[in-house]
Amino acid sequence: MSTHAGSMGLDSRKMAFWAFIGSECLLFASLISTYLVYKGKSLNGPYPHEILNIPFTSFSTFDLLMSSLAMVLALSAIQRGDMRQGKRWLFVTALLGLIFLGGQVWEFNHFAHQGLGLTTNLFGSTFYVLTGTHGAHVTVGVTWLLTLWVQALRGKLGPAQAMTVEIAGLYWHFVDVVWIVIFTVVYLIQ
Amino acid sequence: MKSWITTTDHKRIGLLYFWTAFAFFLIGGLEALVIRAQLARPEGVGVSAEVFNQMFTMHGTTMVFLALMPLTASLFNFIIPLQIGARDVAFPRLNAFSYWVFVLGGVFLNASFFVGPLFGTGALSVAPDAGWFGYANLTSRQYSPGPNIDFWVLGVQILGVASLAAGFNFIVTILNMRAPGMRMLRVPVFTWMTLVTQFIVITAFPVITVALVLLMFDRFFGTHFFVPAGGGDPILWQHLFWMFGHPEVYILILPAMGIVSEVLPTFSRKPLFGYIVVVYSGILIGFLGWGVWSHHMFAVGLGPIADSVFAGTTMLIAIPTGVKIFNWIATLWGGQLRFTTAMLFALGFIAMFIIGGLSGVTHASPPADLQQTDTYYVVAHIHYVLFGGTMLGLFAGFYYWWPKMTGRLLSETLGRWHFWLSLIGMNLAFFPMHFSGLLGMPRRIYTYPDELGVTSMNLVSTIGAFLIGVATLVFFWNLFRHRRALAPGAGPSDPWGGATLEWAVPSPPPVYNFSVMPVVEGRLPLWRTARHEPIAPLPATPPAPIHVPGGSWWPLITAAALPVMATGAVSRELWVVLLGVAVLIVGVYRWAYEPFEG
Amino acid sequence: MSEPVYFAAVPRLKWSLWLLPALACRGPFPQSTLDPRSDFSAAIDGLFTNIFWWALFVFVVVESLLVYAIIRYRARPGAPEPKPLHGHTALEIGWTLAPALILVFIAVPTIRTIFATAGHAPPSALRVEVIGHQWWWEFRYPSLGITTANELHLPVHTPIQLDLSSADIIHSFWVPRLGGKRDLTPGHVTRIAFRSDSAGEYLGQCAEFCGVSHANMRLRVFVQPEAEFQAWVAGQQPASGPAAAGGDARVPEGRQEFVRNGCIACHTIAELPQARGVLGPNLSRVGSRTTIAGGLFANTADNLRRWIHNAPAVKPGALMPPSLLPDSELDALVAYLQSLK
Repeated sequence: MSTHAGSMGLDSRKMAFWAFIGSECLLFASLISTYLVYKGKSLNGPYPHEILNIPFTSFSTFDLLMSSLAMVLALSAIQRGDMRQGKRWLFVTALLGLIFLGGQVWEFNHFAHQGLGLTTNLFGSTFYVLTGTHGAHVTVGVTWLLTLWVQALRGKLGPAQAMTVEIAGLYWHFVDVVWIVIFTVVYLIQ
Repeated sequence: MKSWITTTDHKRIGLLYFWTAFAFFLIGGLEALVIRAQLARPEGVGVSAEVFNQMFTMHGTTMVFLALMPLTASLFNFIIPLQIGARDVAFPRLNAFSYWVFVLGGVFLNASFFVGPLFGTGALSVAPDAGWFGYANLTSRQYSPGPNIDFWVLGVQILGVASLAAGFNFIVTILNMRAPGMRMLRVPVFTWMTLVTQFIVITAFPVITVALVLLMFDRFFGTHFFVPAGGGDPILWQHLFWMFGHPEVYILILPAMGIVSEVLPTFSRKPLFGYIVVVYSGILIGFLGWGVWSHHMFAVGLGPIADSVFAGTTMLIAIPTGVKIFNWIATLWGGQLRFTTAMLFALGFIAMFIIGGLSGVTHASPPADLQQTDTYYVVAHIHYVLFGGTMLGLFAGFYYWWPKMTGRLLSETLGRWHFWLSLIGMNLAFFPMHFSGLLGMPRRIYTYPDELGVTSMNLVSTIGAFLIGVATLVFFWNLFRHRRALAPGAGPSDPWGGATLEWAVPSPPPVYNFSVMPVVEGRLPLWRTARHEPIAPLPATPPAPIHVPGGSWWPLITAAALPVMATGAVSRELWVVLLGVAVLIVGVYRWAYEPFEG
Repeated sequence: MSEPVYFAAVPRLKWSLWLLPALACRGPFPQSTLDPRSDFSAAIDGLFTNIFWWALFVFVVVESLLVYAIIRYRARPGAPEPKPLHGHTALEIGWTLAPALILVFIAVPTIRTIFATAGHAPPSALRVEVIGHQWWWEFRYPSLGITTANELHLPVHTPIQLDLSSADIIHSFWVPRLGGKRDLTPGHVTRIAFRSDSAGEYLGQCAEFCGVSHANMRLRVFVQPEAEFQAWVAGQQPASGPAAAGGDARVPEGRQEFVRNGCIACHTIAELPQARGVLGPNLSRVGSRTTIAGGLFANTADNLRRWIHNAPAVKPGALMPPSLLPDSELDALVAYLQSLK
């Protein structure tokens, strides 16, 4: 019954996912508020302006934005039944997600070498927990997309499963939007 | 046995929730009796300070997360699909997952009472001991070095997962699974209040989850989110906790308000007065509940402007609450009241909730609250709201719907004993606490000097608490021993003459609930009203075979991953954590690709 | 601080009226919130009295309606089916506005009292720093050069400002007859201000759960006539030197024991140069206090002896480690501490 439109004319899974995203908004809102409350309260360095690399992270942000575009193309291809394009764009979306994660690993590693650890100061703690939580969400998303891609390769994903892809896309776009907010709050407004 | 463990039937899950939550209610009650026995006399004779602190911490945590919320979940599960004309909830396996996470999270928390020897100490020494509100920075590793708070931080996170999963499930069920014609403004008030409750759950629990995660980082990885020495601020914890904690109060009381709104009309033989106003005031309470958290923090010293704003928003909540009470009394007005046990409990709810609400208004005023907060006056208030309110409401619900859930009527005689003992017991226990609080007795103390002059009041409270214990045993006896068969199918499916859809199906309902999907034309589908006739009786057997979903192991296995991870964290064994992660991944994948026709 | 404010139209009756059941338990109630002895506590009491009468009024009205409906409309055999009333707009508006109006009558004096009790004392006020510790209170009088513990001496008729902070975790300062509670939070300084016109001894205790011995974190406030207070101040001055203590012969020995047993690591004693520890209470004039151990025990030789011998055994979680000293050394230590008057 979950694949049929219910009394609101919406797919149940999609509706549940919207509720989930609403809930996730509060999760990230709490983390971002914590970051803002502790902004400038670190007792010792390194401080944000000494360490954040805006050009590098702008590239990561662009990469994640492009992955959202790829996700749109993947969904639209699968909805019209063009599985060849669908597979290609699903893979591209996951790949761009992996590049973002690689960038985050490089960034964390780089910061650690510059002396910013999880417990160094409040900036380190709030920064790593906030961006780390986001990174965990991206990881789940990449895993999900790769699973769908493998399903598609095995011929088990077709237009009939478009709703599954649409929900994965919803999640992916949400994670992307959250990153835009984090990028703005953490990197751009110092 | 296997069919119960793998069940995805909302009715079976509802019964599982009931028995499990009732067991936790008894445990939480025992903890309360230890507290009251200790305080019956001054100078702290009885248990040690350490044991006492574990008792009141676990009493609060258990009653909120393991007893009251899951007892409401029991009724959500059993009744709501029936009330809206659905064959199950939207996601039956997610529903089973919620239940198993709740059980295993509860077992994990309570295991802390017994596993002291594994940490090189005795039993009753490593249970959580910093209060159900776990204020920072007492909960930091420096001031709470043992595993006590680790159990609490991890256990409450696990329980949050159960509540969140159930929240998504019931929102979608109520919005999307209604029978034809069951428009939103025909939905019974109990279902409406559940919907509001679940919206609060999915917005409030992420906030406490973040607070707990930050605390977990402080304790396990050495961050300083709430540690002043590292620049952190323990007051941030209070904001995050109460941004969750106050909405949580409405999570506990709104379902009881919904139950009363069902019971009163049935036993007054009148429709609920002001249905739309009752629904909207419930929604308004849900919204306002988000803007009042700092009224728990007046003594912090946030400044006169913040105090004034939060005093104002808090007082505003009294208005929709008062409106509901007036509408309930107007529902009685001009009716033909039948004093069944369910009705007695519903009336007791109104009478006691008024007292709890009014004492609440006295601490909405910050200066007055500076004398009342953290005293027994507030203990009196919350117990008038959560026992006089939520518990009496829940008992009304269980006496009302027990025949629906089991096909058996509870004894009305024992029910009346249960009611009167509860009512007298709770007033003996909690009313004197107003006085002991105003006369200067703080809460959370394992001992008090005789010179405070509150000794006899405390003795009365203790007697009252034990009376509540006796009342609960009467209920227990009633559930087990005195079961008058309401033979399924043969007797009336509806012993009360209710108006809502759950009474249109046999008691207990068949696994598919409705033999044919009912078409709803009004708010009171089973009553004759000016505009429509009662809906036609449903056929006894379905005209066509109905597919019902089978069982699944994966919800249980996936749920089990969470306490495994938590156990690994508490015992500092990384491989156990990783084992939990592996189980989680396998569980999720097998669940997702299981051939399951929901 | 200004006059206590409360809604004048409500007659302020004696608390004893509704406290009858409590009074049956016999007073006195040394920690009562209903027996205000400062402008701060009187303002709160007046406001609470006002709200209480409104609450009682609403209680009587609503519960009467409920009881009336229950009796009047109980089912009678043969009665006709009730009329199905679905609602009534005018009634709904009425019972929305009525509580709103009452709340205005509560909110206005509330907000006036919030600002009147916001903790601002005149510049002439005597300032005392209150520092919370697990599980005792430290009081410092910066203008008088005094540091003491658990017993706060204040002059009557004088504005007082307390600056509250914490050395470890959150506590809450509460002396009900002198005012409402205020949290002591590490990393913050909070304030309360009051003036008491009534000399006397007032009990208080920590009101925010602060760990194992939260229940044992008590304090006493002595509000004293000016002369008495000045005498106390004079007696606390370091310049006045160690008292002879009636020439107890064991005092010098006790002083040595105090150094030898490491007491100096945590305690300060003005007359003993080696004793400059800050983790425990300042003991410069411990002999002049009426209680020890966070206000828990009377300051007697027996109690001191038990306390020094094994503090955690008499106060759960106490941070002073058990000394387990033999009797002779305990006697000397007790004699020394008692000499510090």
